[in-house]
Amino acid sequence: MTDPLLTLSSLTKAYPGVIANSDVSLSIAPGEVHALLGENGAGKSTLVKMIYGLVKPDSGQMQMNGAPFAPSEPRAARLAGVGMVFQHFSLFDAMTVAENIALGMEHAPRLGALSAQISAVSEAYGLPLSPDRIVGDLSAGERQRVEIIRCLLQSPKLLIMDEPTSVLTPQEVEILFKTLRKLSAEGTAILYISHKLEEIRSLCDTATILRLGKVVGECAPRETSARDMAEMMVGKLLQTPTRATHEKGEVLLALSGLSAAAPNSFGMALKDISLELHAGEILGIGGVAGNGQDELLAALSGERPVARGMITYRGTDIGPLGPNARRESGLLAAPEERMGHAAVPDMTLSENAMLTGAIRMGLQEKGFMDWPQATIFAQSVIDQFDVRTSGPAAAARSLSGGNLQKFVIGREIMQGPKVFVVNQPTWGVDASAAASIRQALLDMAARGAALIVISQDLDELMEISDRFAALNEGRLSPPRNAQGLTVEEIGLLMGGAHGMEVAHV
Amino acid sequence: MITVVKRPEPSRAFSLAAPLLAVLATMVFGGLLFALLGKDPLAAIVTIFWEPLFGEFAFFYRPQLLIKGAPLVLIAIGLSLGFKAGIWNIGAEGQYIMGALFGAGAGLAFYPAESIFILPLMVLAGAFGGWIWAMIPAVLKVKFGTNEILVSLMLVYVAEQFLASMSLGLLKNPEGFGFPGSRNLQQYPSAHNAELIAGTGMHWGVVAAMIAVIFAYVLLARHRLGFAIRVTGQAPRAAAFAGVRPARLVLFCLGMSGLLAGLAGMFEVSGPAGQVTIDFNVGYGFTAIIVAFLGRLHPVGILLAGLLMALTYIGGDIAQSKLGLPAAAIQVFQGMLLFFLLAFDLFTNYRLRLGRTEVA
Repeated sequence: MTDPLLTLSSLTKAYPGVIANSDVSLSIAPGEVHALLGENGAGKSTLVKMIYGLVKPDSGQMQMNGAPFAPSEPRAARLAGVGMVFQHFSLFDAMTVAENIALGMEHAPRLGALSAQISAVSEAYGLPLSPDRIVGDLSAGERQRVEIIRCLLQSPKLLIMDEPTSVLTPQEVEILFKTLRKLSAEGTAILYISHKLEEIRSLCDTATILRLGKVVGECAPRETSARDMAEMMVGKLLQTPTRATHEKGEVLLALSGLSAAAPNSFGMALKDISLELHAGEILGIGGVAGNGQDELLAALSGERPVARGMITYRGTDIGPLGPNARRESGLLAAPEERMGHAAVPDMTLSENAMLTGAIRMGLQEKGFMDWPQATIFAQSVIDQFDVRTSGPAAAARSLSGGNLQKFVIGREIMQGPKVFVVNQPTWGVDASAAASIRQALLDMAARGAALIVISQDLDELMEISDRFAALNEGRLSPPRNAQGLTVEEIGLLMGGAHGMEVAHV
Repeated sequence: MITVVKRPEPSRAFSLAAPLLAVLATMVFGGLLFALLGKDPLAAIVTIFWEPLFGEFAFFYRPQLLIKGAPLVLIAIGLSLGFKAGIWNIGAEGQYIMGALFGAGAGLAFYPAESIFILPLMVLAGAFGGWIWAMIPAVLKVKFGTNEILVSLMLVYVAEQFLASMSLGLLKNPEGFGFPGSRNLQQYPSAHNAELIAGTGMHWGVVAAMIAVIFAYVLLARHRLGFAIRVTGQAPRAAAFAGVRPARLVLFCLGMSGLLAGLAGMFEVSGPAGQVTIDFNVGYGFTAIIVAFLGRLHPVGILLAGLLMALTYIGGDIAQSKLGLPAAAIQVFQGMLLFFLLAFDLFTNYRLRLGRTEVA
């Protein structure tokens, strides 16, 4: 084995009340693709932030090529050859690709020279991208390429990728993996953070598994089953959601020619969406983020009412009705963004329970709120959905993302909806909690409710959906039976790889 | 190194302590300012905060506290409802003027008839005047998306022109020997908002301010509408998700703040001021913005802040005449109060971390 490129020994980092990393050691060899695996909150992000100089360890050492390595800021880490592609991009929509990349560089060359470099790198690594395009027009996959190329221009020895595939279509994932394999063959080490186990099995040489800030195991992903890795991550046996077979019931919700203008210049218009949703079925809607998911949810929840005749719920035209009228009749929704949309960050859980539960749970009388009753309701959501919090008086923002997600989903499920529309039900939730949320969704369908589950997670959709459709540019593909759909077919429904044709400009 | 770190939950203790710390800091730095001006800082602070309440002439100043505090509280309560929802009515001064004009106009229309119905009618007219003036920015915002800050503010100057026109024209006292200004309502018993208990400064406006405080408290704590106001201010998207209609909220919040400002103007013109004059308005509508924030947009806080503000006004007047402090210095002093409040308020949601990161 070659000498390691980067060695971490006994890194420890604590935040008030939480130990993010405790005694973490690992080493990465040049050209190695190393997976960092763990649930949300396991300490993956803190660990890579220490390597990238964003966070300083409380104790422990790092060594790069045998020399001590203690970057005080990201610039120092970059100079030492560490590049990082974040999960959330930091790009300016109104600028071109080349301008964005120039902004992030220490000594940016002139724009023309930089564009040539960008084109060269993009050719060399099979990352089709034209330097003159405006970032606002790019798909998520293309934006990610901007970030990757920004790193590659500095010829990194170690490239850190934080959940890179969560925004990509299967085809785009393939392109990315080809690039990463090429980089690895040239000797660049890659530290790959993900919780998608199949990806890790196909891409990575070694995996380090973190749980609650500690290393709980290492394995060779190609020789370990996904289930075994998942159980190491979670620390217990996983329950696969089970579902009863059921008959297709009556049509509860019908969309016919649903169209709506984009809410703003970065939104997506909905174009002529039609479907029928039966009692007891789960319709999974996939698609790359930003293709109309938020807008579809807003149209169904009543946040943005639509024209008459476009939405029929149990035989009644509800297109122009607002959220509360729809709630009252049993059509409930849970949006993707929990902070500030599904929940008010600075308000308590009781107040957040009141937010959507007031009508169906009888938490108000003649306009006056019954706070004791809201607290009881909040407490029951906390108990039923295992929300880790100090109690109903805790502010929503004090909860971790996954726990707040359990709360906002649980809040709707406990109101017993007849039709439930949810966007990204398990986004940022750890594996065992995700399994229990999925189980709750399946149970609802088994009791005769109809569900629309919008998600970026194809595995999740395949696991729970009866039928599958994809959103692409605000249009919905005709729903197809989920059973027997292949990944390729799904990818094509989602619109294939965006921007592949730009490769040879 | 000092860093500012967000607290996981807002500190309740600090949200209560911030106003007190702000008053203390204002005393310290205000004192410094007075010292630089060559005055005895301690004497100045004592004059401002102590004299009006417990000094030799306190019997005269104490009623002033209610007379000056009531309009501030009444207006600030209305403003706070909108501010909580992110709806910025900056034009309370104009609504205050219109309330006074409508109220006085309604009363003077019956002069010299005497009836117990005249004062209640004036109350309704005053409330209507403030309300309708606030509905202009409200309707423009709802219909055309105009900025309520600009429209409401500009309408203040329109209202001031109205005031001048009325005191020189329609409402001018026919027996006033040509002087601008209306008849004195204090000399028209049916229209006089007189002291309810002699020597206390307690008039109907004070009663209205107390009712407004209780009303706002119940609204915000218990009623769905108050909840909608709070949700809208903190997370507009969550409000839309919860079924709040922003247009209705704009109409309600601007309407309510205009109504209360109009009431304040009406009680002032029919009571302490007595008549419509060109310089009838003295900035209560603008000071109430400070009062609303000083009181943390909380009804009880506003009540206390209104009284404190009234105190600095009265104390400031005394300091001007007794110690010869310039009026500008008093205004800086009052400005400091708001400045320090906002500064300390930061620590409700954030805390300072000194030195390097600590290990838990």
